[in-house]
Amino acid sequence: MSNMRSLTFDAIIIGGGGSGLRAALELAKSGKKTAVLSKVFPTRSHTVSAQGGITCAIASADPNDDWRWHMYDTVKGGDYITDQDAAEYMCSEGPKAVFELEHMGLPFSRFDNGRIYQRPFGGQSKDFGKGGQAARTCAAADRTGHALLHTLYQNNLKNNTTFLNEWFAVDLVKNANGDVVGCIAMCIETGEVVHVKSKATVLATGGAGRIYASTTNALINTGDGIGMALRAGFPMQDMEMWQFHPTGIYGAGVLVTEGCRGEGGYLVNKDGERFMERYAPNAKDLAGRDVVARSMVMEILEGRGCGENGDHVFLKLDHLGEEVLGKRLPGISELSKIFAHVDPTEAPIPVVPTCHYMMGGVPTNVHGQAIMQDTKGKDKVINGLFACGEAACVSVHGANRLGGNSLLDLVVFGRAAGMFIENALNEGVDYLDASESDVDSAMQRITRWNESSGGESVADLKAELQGIMQTSFGVFRQEDNMQEGVKQLADLRERIANAHLADKSGAFNTARVEALELDNLMEVAEATAIAALERKESRGAHSRYDYPDRDDVNWLKHSMYFPAQKKVGKRDVNFKPKTVDTFEPKVRTY
Amino acid sequence: MSMLQVFIYRYNPETDSAPYMQEYQVDTQGRDLMVLNVLEMLKAEDTTLAYRRSCREGVCGSDGMNMNGKNGLACITSLSEVVKDGKLTLRPLPGLPVVRDLVVDMALFYKQYERIQPYLQNDEPAPAIERLQSPKERDKLDGLYECILCACCSTACPSFWWNPDKFVGPAGLLQAYRFLADSRDTATRERLSDLEDPFSVFRCRGIMNCVAVCPKGLNPTRAIGKIREMLLADAT
Repeated sequence: MSNMRSLTFDAIIIGGGGSGLRAALELAKSGKKTAVLSKVFPTRSHTVSAQGGITCAIASADPNDDWRWHMYDTVKGGDYITDQDAAEYMCSEGPKAVFELEHMGLPFSRFDNGRIYQRPFGGQSKDFGKGGQAARTCAAADRTGHALLHTLYQNNLKNNTTFLNEWFAVDLVKNANGDVVGCIAMCIETGEVVHVKSKATVLATGGAGRIYASTTNALINTGDGIGMALRAGFPMQDMEMWQFHPTGIYGAGVLVTEGCRGEGGYLVNKDGERFMERYAPNAKDLAGRDVVARSMVMEILEGRGCGENGDHVFLKLDHLGEEVLGKRLPGISELSKIFAHVDPTEAPIPVVPTCHYMMGGVPTNVHGQAIMQDTKGKDKVINGLFACGEAACVSVHGANRLGGNSLLDLVVFGRAAGMFIENALNEGVDYLDASESDVDSAMQRITRWNESSGGESVADLKAELQGIMQTSFGVFRQEDNMQEGVKQLADLRERIANAHLADKSGAFNTARVEALELDNLMEVAEATAIAALERKESRGAHSRYDYPDRDDVNWLKHSMYFPAQKKVGKRDVNFKPKTVDTFEPKVRTY
Repeated sequence: MSMLQVFIYRYNPETDSAPYMQEYQVDTQGRDLMVLNVLEMLKAEDTTLAYRRSCREGVCGSDGMNMNGKNGLACITSLSEVVKDGKLTLRPLPGLPVVRDLVVDMALFYKQYERIQPYLQNDEPAPAIERLQSPKERDKLDGLYECILCACCSTACPSFWWNPDKFVGPAGLLQAYRFLADSRDTATRERLSDLEDPFSVFRCRGIMNCVAVCPKGLNPTRAIGKIREMLLADAT
C-alpha cells in the first residue's frame, strides 16, 4: 500500500456530531492541527434530532437547584452502575458547559426574567429524591439538538477547524506496540482511501440504533466507532444496555420527546386510563424511561393496547392547548402530522417503545481516554485512543440514561477530551510509526469488499440482522430466545464475511459505505447479544423474564465484552466521587 | 399491485459521458410512502443508485432533491403530495454541479453560508452565567434558527442560479438575519457593511421560490426584506 496518500494531524476526531464538534472546538482554539472526519456534513449528524433539551443544574427554573441532586438522579436512573466519579464530573461541570453554549449563541428558549427555560423531564427530583419533581432540562423549544449542533458547527467555522466532510473512517491503525496511531479513511466523493496519521484518535461516532428494525435513530447510526474498536481487539462495556424510548411514533419509529410529558402530556391505554399511575404512583409518566417503556409493553401484552392490533398506546397532548404546543413543542406537532397523520391539538399520538440509545460503548475515564484491561483485570489506558459521546461508556448513564443527559454528556465529555488531548500534546506524545504491515491489516476489510465477486446482498443481510435483534433482544429478554439470537448472529457473521459489493466504482459510492457499515452493525449486534445473555439479572434497561430481579451481589458491575474470545468479563463500578458522599444502591422506585 | 413509475436522473462520472433518466417500477402496495422510502426500496435492488440521507425525519437536511419539478426533502414528502398520474420524477437540486445521480456538490452553497459569518459575535466579556434575553427578544429568532441547510431554497432561486458566487442566496441571508436579529450579537454594523454591495442581498428579486419550497416553512424573503430595511436605515 506504499502508493497510498497519507494525511497527518495532531488529533483526528471521527464523527461530526455534538461530542466530536465540542472536542474539535477545544483543540482548534488551542491551535493544534486538528481535523474532524465525518461521513456526513456535520449538521446532518444525529445530534440534530435531539429534541427536548439538555439537563443541567443551572438554577434557572429553581434558584436553589443543586448539581448534586442532578447527580443523585443520574446515579439512581442508571440503576447504580453509573460511575459516580463520572456523574459527579458531568453534573458539576455541566453548568459551565451549558453557559458556554449560550455564549456561543445557542438560541435557548427563555423565562420572563431572561434566563434559560427549563422543563421537567423523567427521573428528575429535588433534594435527592425527597423534594418532588424538578424542572432541570434546558431547552430551545423542542429543537435543542438542532440548535446545539448548528451552534457548535458555527463556532468551529469561527475557529477554523479543518473538516473532512463525507469521509468514512474504515478501521483503526495500530503500531507494533498496540497503540492507536491513526486510521484508514475513505473520501466518499472520490473513493480515494488514505492513511490518516494522528497522535490522538477520537471516536465520536455516536450510536448504533440501526441494529434494531425499529429505532428512533438516523439511518447513519451504525456504530462505526464501536465496530472499529472491536475489530482492533478492544473491549466494550455494558453493551447489553439499550434504551427503548417510550414514545417512538407507532409505525415510523420517529421520536416524540419526553418533553411532551414534561409539559404535561401523558400516556393512556385503550380504555383511556392513565396507566402510569399504577406503575409509578409518584413520578407517573415522568418515571425513568426503562420503567415507562416496560409499563407500556405490559399494557400491550395484557390486552390494553390501542388500535386494531392492540399494539401501541396513546400519548395525549390535546389538553395542553395550542399555545403550549405551538410555543414549546412545535417540532412535535409537525412530526406528528407528517408521520402519524395526527394533529396533537385534536387527537392523541400513537406511540410504542422504540430503540433509542446505546448506554454501552468504549469504556473511558473522564478524560475520554479509552480503557482496556491488563491480564490481571486492571484498567489500562489505550495509548492514542479516545472516545466521547454515545460511542463512549464513561459511564454516566449506567443501565439507563435519563432524558436530557445525552446532550450534556456530549458537551461535557467532548470538552474534557479536547482539554486532555491538548495537554497531552503539549507535554509531548511519541508513538512508534505504523509499519506497512500495520497499515495493511487495517486495509483488510475494505480490500475484502473491493475484491468480492459474489455472495448475498448487503440490504438483505442488514434486514435479517435487524430482525434478529428486534426479536431476541428487545424490551424484555429471556435465555432461550437470546441463545437462539446469538446462534443466528454467528451464522450471519459468516454470511456477511462472504457478502457481495457489486458496485466497485469510486465516485460517491454509497453501496460501499453501506457494506462497510454492515460490518459495524454486525460487531455491535454480536457484542450486545453476548453481553445480554451473560448478564443474568434485570437492571435498568436490561430486563429478563428469567431473572426478574436486580442482583447486586453478582452484577453491581459493568460488563466487559472481549471480542477476540467473545467472552464477557466484569469491571468495577466507581463508587468514589471526590466531593460528595457515595450514593449507595437502593431499591429503585418512582 | 399498485405500480408507481419512477424516473430518476442518473449520472456516474466514471462511466457515463452524459446524464440520463432511468425508469423504475415500484410496487407501493397502495401505501402512501415517503419518497425516501421509495428510494430505499430501489436502492436495495439497484445498489448503484446514489443519494444522501440521514435522519429520515426532516431535520438533518440531507435529502433535498427535485421531485416532480419542486424542491423538497424526500423523507417528509409523501407520494400523495407529489405523484402525478402515477409518475414520480426525481432530479438533483438544480443549479449545483452533480457529483453522482441525486448527489450535488454543495461547496458553493456552504461557501455563501460561511461568508455571512454564521456565528454569534459579542465583543463584551461573557458573564458567569448565560447572557440574559427576554422571551420577546428570543421570539425574533423563531422562523430563522430552524434552517437545516438543505439548500432547497437557494437552488430554487433564479438569482442564485445566475450569481451563485456573488449573491448570498436565501439560505445564507436567512442566517445573516438570524444573527442581525439576535439581541446578543454586537456585530450588526460589520455584518451590514459586508452585505451592502449590489449583489449580496440586492440580487434578490422577490420571486419567493424560496418560500414556496422551504420544507421547514421558513420565509427567507421576509428576512431579506428586513436586511434591506436595515441596510437602507443604516445608509441614511
